[in-house]
Amino acid sequence: MFKVKAPEIAKKYKAGQFVILRVHEKGERIPLTIADSDEMEGTITLISQEVGKTTTALGKLRRGDRIPNLVGPLGKPSEVGNFGQVVVIGGGVATAVAYPEARALKGAGNRMISIIGARSKDLLILEEEMRRTSDELHITTDDGSKGHHGFVTDVLKQLIEKQTKIDRVVAFGPAIMMKAVANLTRPHRIKTMVSLNPIMVDGTGMCGACRVSVAGQTKFACVDGPSFDGHEVDFDLLMARLRMYLDQEKISMQSSTARMNVAGEAYGR
Amino acid sequence: MAGKPSEKLLKRVPVRKRPPEIRKHSFDEVSLGYNEEEAIAEASRCLKCPSPFCVKGCPVQIEIPAFIECIKKGDFSGAIAKIKEKNSLPGICGRVCPQELQCENECVFGKRGVPIAIGALERFAADYELRKGVKLPKKAKSTGKSVAVVGSGPAGLTAAGELAKLGHDVTIFEALHLPGGVLVYGIPEFRLPKSIVKAEVEYVSRLGAKVKTSVIIGRTLTIDDLFESGYHAVFIGTGAGSPWFMRIPGENLNGIYSANEFLTRCNLMKAYVFPEYDTPVHSGKRVAVIGGGNAAMDAARTALRLGGEDVRIIYRRSRDEMPARAEEVRNAEEEGVTLELLANPTRYLGSKEGRVEQVECLKMELGSPDESGRRRPVPVKGSEYLTPIDLAIVAIGAGPNPLIAQTTDGLKVGDDERFIVDEQGKTSRDMVWAAGDIASAEGTVIHAMGNAKTAALAIHNYLTK
Repeated sequence: MFKVKAPEIAKKYKAGQFVILRVHEKGERIPLTIADSDEMEGTITLISQEVGKTTTALGKLRRGDRIPNLVGPLGKPSEVGNFGQVVVIGGGVATAVAYPEARALKGAGNRMISIIGARSKDLLILEEEMRRTSDELHITTDDGSKGHHGFVTDVLKQLIEKQTKIDRVVAFGPAIMMKAVANLTRPHRIKTMVSLNPIMVDGTGMCGACRVSVAGQTKFACVDGPSFDGHEVDFDLLMARLRMYLDQEKISMQSSTARMNVAGEAYGR
Repeated sequence: MAGKPSEKLLKRVPVRKRPPEIRKHSFDEVSLGYNEEEAIAEASRCLKCPSPFCVKGCPVQIEIPAFIECIKKGDFSGAIAKIKEKNSLPGICGRVCPQELQCENECVFGKRGVPIAIGALERFAADYELRKGVKLPKKAKSTGKSVAVVGSGPAGLTAAGELAKLGHDVTIFEALHLPGGVLVYGIPEFRLPKSIVKAEVEYVSRLGAKVKTSVIIGRTLTIDDLFESGYHAVFIGTGAGSPWFMRIPGENLNGIYSANEFLTRCNLMKAYVFPEYDTPVHSGKRVAVIGGGNAAMDAARTALRLGGEDVRIIYRRSRDEMPARAEEVRNAEEEGVTLELLANPTRYLGSKEGRVEQVECLKMELGSPDESGRRRPVPVKGSEYLTPIDLAIVAIGAGPNPLIAQTTDGLKVGDDERFIVDEQGKTSRDMVWAAGDIASAEGTVIHAMGNAKTAALAIHNYLTK
């Protein structure tokens, strides 16, 4: 997690938006969702997980270093309204995106139930922040080191089974998690918004790298999204497209001195 | 005019090119241009027509016979000065303008013999100046007015250059991390070296225009923000950056790119030197490029250079209807690209993992002319056939980017989502002008420049009235 001075972006930012950045002259352009902004200070907060070459290089930056190219805020802001009782789900590093959304929804008068999950307790982020913005916070870990032993969807399932009134679900996380969430809520017709994280290049609608299929229509996540109705998203296509450069990502990591840590979603925001 | 031209005068001094066998493995510029001797010889063919048609064929009205006369006399500095009275980007135009449809199409030699190689001579003069050091023209004294130029492609650079010369305080806003727009993300190095674009952007900067990269108008700042921060006028030249797809089954399979993405990865992000540069691009042995325009040629020739063995351009009409420059089609064919004409993809088939493996096409025949005046392609029933491929590039055109229209009140767009403008490039919004592909469908660098220049003069008149 790091703060970047970017006064123009900080001023315009709304929950759900992201930036594209490049860490050096030969670097790739990658999208990162904005976790927070401070207009007075002129800063935005970004969180990234070291999974690829660019995110690894980001992790090596020290206080005072410059990010040569940073552009934003990109994407449409998420829909914020008073829906009633809302369940916000953050999986892994995407909790960083769930947090501003939860805060905005709380500010709009919703009662907030938050579920955050990670592989283990050391990887949980923003727990205190999420607790402050939530009326109810649930924690899950894959290894059981904290909270519920299992997945965020287990908790969601329990909530649904207990017939908790849920007016809307908003999910942020790996595609596979968002797919599972959407599959859970679909039979109950609970409106479910997801924030998609496809590979991007320019982030301005110019290349079509980020195309996703929503209700059978091709959309560009960078300008039409990144937030879409989870019941209409073709997650299998999204997951296949996220795997498009796994081999190249390995070559790229090997060619640098960076640590190998290619996870399932090399480009996860 | 001189008497009957001799047979020798009718022939053009050929422009040297790298041989196909060598160039198809290299991103170095294909055309080598004229040397001094060749340029003088070619310039000597010009008849100096008293009322030259070539000038009328030029969207920015360069005084063509005058600059050619300078070259003929060996006054190369005079030649470039003459060109730059009308055109701030000669190194670019000399390379990518469709001269055969414009100035050269009007040349009297076209009726008998071969037109003067005006484009090659323009390029020669521009390259001469780049080697010698670029001189700055006289600038008008400051008007105290400031203009925001949105987009740094051909339209934006032209408007910025003109307005800066006229004494206005100009700031260019570019969304990407490098200025140049389609000149850097779209047109490949082997057709337009990025060093040329860089030099011509520098020229516009030295005229006084400031360039702010990584600022998206419509997101980072809106048009209203620009006026609030004190700009007196806004010029929008954001181009046609939103790629079209055919919306056929399988088009989102891995291994299918828009031409914009494929070319952006290669040109702007330098994926052809991966992993030295971080951005990857998929290459393929069997490549299908869909479309018949310059972007299709650029994509096909790039795919060839990335190791393509069977690179075919699939186009639904015949060769005569192809919108690409004839020279680029010739270059592509010389390098080994094949044309699969009168064929149109209907779907793509892929592997379990979601990678493209085949394209299904339908054969077409030409019917009666459509609204574009070209003969309409009509499908031949039951003529579907499959071709194995491992890469497809969709190059069927692009529309305007919607961000500014979505975030600006009072800016009217037409059915094609382009801004509605008058002959001066004035939009429906006060103090806002637009030119290039965002405002018209002509789609060439020089038309964008011609219209941008008209708009720049209209802005100047407005600011100084």
